Amino acid sequence: MLFTQMTFQAALPEYVLVIVSLGLVLMAAFVGESSNAKKMVRLVALVGYAIAFATIFILPSESQSIYMGLFKVDGLLVYMKALVLLGAFFACFMVNDDWSDGVEKPEYQVLIMLATLGMLLMISANDLISLYMGLELQSLPLYVIAAMNTKSLKSSEAGLKYFLLGALSSGMLLYGASLIYGFTGSTQFDEIASVISQNGASSGVIIGLVFLLSGLAFKISAAPFHMWTPDVYEGSPTPVTALFAIAPKVAAITLLLNVTHVVFADARLEWMQVIIALSVASMLLGAFGAIMQKDLKRMMAYSSIAHMGYALAGLAAGTQQGAAGVMIYMTTYIFMGAGTFAIILMMRRDGVPVQKLSDLSGLSSSHPYWAFGLMIFMFSMAGIPPLAGFFAKWYVFLAAVNAGLIPLAVIGVLTSVVGAFYYLRIIKLMYFEDADSPLDKIAPKENVIILSISLLVTVLFFFIIGSLREWTYFVVQSLPVSGSL
Amino acid sequence: MLSSWPILSIVTFLPLIGVLFILLSGGDKKSAEHNSKMLALWVSSFTFIISLILYFGFDPDFVGFQFEEQLEWIAGSGISYHLGVDGISMPFILLSTFLTPLAILASWRSIKQRVPEFMIAFLVLETMMVGMFASLDMMMFYLFFEGVLIPMFLIVGIWGGPRRVYAAFKFFLYTLAGSVLMLVGIMVMYLQAGTTDIPILAQFNFPPEYQFWLFIGFFASFAVKVPMWPVHTWLPDAHVEAPTAGSMILAGVLLKMGGYGFIRFSLPMFPDASAYFAPFIFALSVIAIIYTSLVALAQTDMKKLIAYSSVAHMGFVTIGIFSLNEQGITGAMFQMISHGLISAALFFCVGIVYDRLHTREIDAYGGVADVMPNYAVFFMIMMLASVGLPGTSGFVGEILVLVGAYKANSMVAFFAATGLVLGATYMLWLYRRVVFGRAEKGDVLRMPLLNNREISILVPLTVLILWFGIYPAPLLDIINPVVSSISETVSNAAMLTANLQ
Repeated sequence: MLFTQMTFQAALPEYVLVIVSLGLVLMAAFVGESSNAKKMVRLVALVGYAIAFATIFILPSESQSIYMGLFKVDGLLVYMKALVLLGAFFACFMVNDDWSDGVEKPEYQVLIMLATLGMLLMISANDLISLYMGLELQSLPLYVIAAMNTKSLKSSEAGLKYFLLGALSSGMLLYGASLIYGFTGSTQFDEIASVISQNGASSGVIIGLVFLLSGLAFKISAAPFHMWTPDVYEGSPTPVTALFAIAPKVAAITLLLNVTHVVFADARLEWMQVIIALSVASMLLGAFGAIMQKDLKRMMAYSSIAHMGYALAGLAAGTQQGAAGVMIYMTTYIFMGAGTFAIILMMRRDGVPVQKLSDLSGLSSSHPYWAFGLMIFMFSMAGIPPLAGFFAKWYVFLAAVNAGLIPLAVIGVLTSVVGAFYYLRIIKLMYFEDADSPLDKIAPKENVIILSISLLVTVLFFFIIGSLREWTYFVVQSLPVSGSL
Repeated sequence: MLSSWPILSIVTFLPLIGVLFILLSGGDKKSAEHNSKMLALWVSSFTFIISLILYFGFDPDFVGFQFEEQLEWIAGSGISYHLGVDGISMPFILLSTFLTPLAILASWRSIKQRVPEFMIAFLVLETMMVGMFASLDMMMFYLFFEGVLIPMFLIVGIWGGPRRVYAAFKFFLYTLAGSVLMLVGIMVMYLQAGTTDIPILAQFNFPPEYQFWLFIGFFASFAVKVPMWPVHTWLPDAHVEAPTAGSMILAGVLLKMGGYGFIRFSLPMFPDASAYFAPFIFALSVIAIIYTSLVALAQTDMKKLIAYSSVAHMGFVTIGIFSLNEQGITGAMFQMISHGLISAALFFCVGIVYDRLHTREIDAYGGVADVMPNYAVFFMIMMLASVGLPGTSGFVGEILVLVGAYKANSMVAFFAATGLVLGATYMLWLYRRVVFGRAEKGDVLRMPLLNNREISILVPLTVLILWFGIYPAPLLDIINPVVSSISETVSNAAMLTANLQ
């Protein structure tokens, strides 16, 4: 039976998003352009995310694979889905009515909901086919919304660049997938895994795996596949950048985790080298690349590259502990990213959005709360205790050290010192300098709410970490890789 | 009765309650400033009074941790909320709680901008300092140890002098670079022992090959904090740019974190590596003492001179610690407490004249004794204490360190002793140039006498410096039992290492 109550229940969030997004398409076609109508569309989308998020709690927590092995849920994947939905909700919630660079169109809401659906499918992929389907369903709407601001040359450039490089990476990924299929005789993850555990990974499979990993590395913007990130972050309308910075990274890194730790668990030594190389390259590039940036969104792009490097350090360990580290890392990443972008989205001067680093100077005297929030996020991203970012780094590097990758951990912590430099620079601008002309005194309540929630989570993370660690260490036990501690 | 109270948690987090009050107390700018000052002063004074319970309730004969508190934190992972004090940490907690109200009082007039924020930063700093000394869990220790950077970075960067940005960045990045290596070390220890509990780790015998690398990781962090030559260069910059209160705490407490770390972690946990690296540390310390003393001689800026003298004095501390015998470590502990009081007082003395003349150039002064005789007296006491005159606390620490160093290596003791001569030279010369001579410059002539606020800061410091100098027993009684148990562990290991070689 293809459709039973069980299969329906396991994919409940996806069903909700499918139905709501199709409903949104209809609404977008009929409601017209009035501002009330736009509000309605956004409200429906938000309710959709909220319902989808609520259904997470009634998902089965034990591992099961349905739809003839195309689709899989377990505790880890469900947790990551919750993060993606939270991120999408934040990104959607923060876009208030003032935005006019394309994101106010109803289509925008439809597209990001479809992209979110793609992310959920990516996370649950249990077959090369469903992997590719999810990935493309996520990517195509994102290409479009990157270019959503048709009046801006930079936005069009961002969309085009993202699309071309994205298509290239999809090509690599597909080529890798075809090699894996050719050498193992199946597209289904469980079967691939059993072929590898029986016969070992032949060189054809390994070449396929490297191509597959390259394609996925592009999606999480790990160096050296990061080229698109700074331009796309800078060129896209800021609400779109906020979405890029939060949700898709979680989905892509979960997919990466799934492919490496489940499908290729027995080829650990082969992919470990690739992941280590990606991790080191991303940490170095993210740290040094950000130093010279003058644009806040560009800087955040490099910062996200560095963060992916740190998360990959947890993956590189190739243990259950490392996977738990990635889960904790992405949790803090969502909140730090959402909080930071809540502030960037509020930055206006004379009603015009600004995004230069220098626009932050003197922020502490004109907007004490924003400045305090941004300071906390920056310290947290730099990994200064007792903030959330520290615990995230602790758990990924702990896993790396436990797997014997001490040099990787040392490089990681040293690049975080370099990273601290540019995070401190933002604090310097806000606190040590005076404003020439202060930013507008506005406080859209949506952004302030997101800012406050993220701030609370980031500052009080040491209260949460105990139970979060317990939960993540529990759900990763289903992974077929070595576990300890 | 009192023992059932979580005294350490109260002392640690009480300043944060003060922060809450400051945030809640509104009002117009003027009254908000006044309220925040009063709140910060009262809360920190109250914290000091409560911390006195630690002193009076402390049993010096009991080797081990007292006032212990343990709560579950990160369940099932060997990381817990664990506080406690012994003879090593208790004096530092008192030093922190004692200096904080004085530092707040010292910034009463000199901080004019963003007063509430300054007071908040200071109270947060106090929590971090006390928490660091009270932690009996490596994870918590690291949280507080690094957390100190946040308020201190802001204090230097917002309320500092003209080159404050440079100084704040240098301070932050130097310290962070050292600390992250310690973090990797903590991870390795955690994975080895399965816990971050300090008393357990102190009993855990790490294999010598691990000790070697762990020692280096921890050394990177503590050497920057102490600071040891050649990673001391952040200190003069930070001191010169920091506001007076920031310098007082920086020299008084933050520098002691390094020495405390060596005694708390490096010696008991890596005894073999400590013995192995002792000659190397002696060499660095001797260079630090002689080189920075010579550099201090050449300074024209008063604060910079005292900052360099701090590096030299901390050189004595590291020599004392790594002499690995009872006298040396006790001397190092005593020297740290004494230097905490003396350097805070000296930086405040500079702050006093800086508030009047707005320059720290030595040449701008001269003949201060004519216009401010009471200042000259206090400054003299502090200066002589810094030189190590018998009868002041500076003497006790230095003589014990020299005895310990002589037992370990007579050449080290010889070179360290030359540092005393150089110390006397630059301090006396500074004093002559600033205080003696004839007051000729118009600005100097107009300097008002010390006011009551300034006297009330200097008097407690003077009393303690003289008291510990004349009758050091109360402090030594607290320090001694723990130190002798540590030195026993380490000297056994040192003997073993020597036998193996």
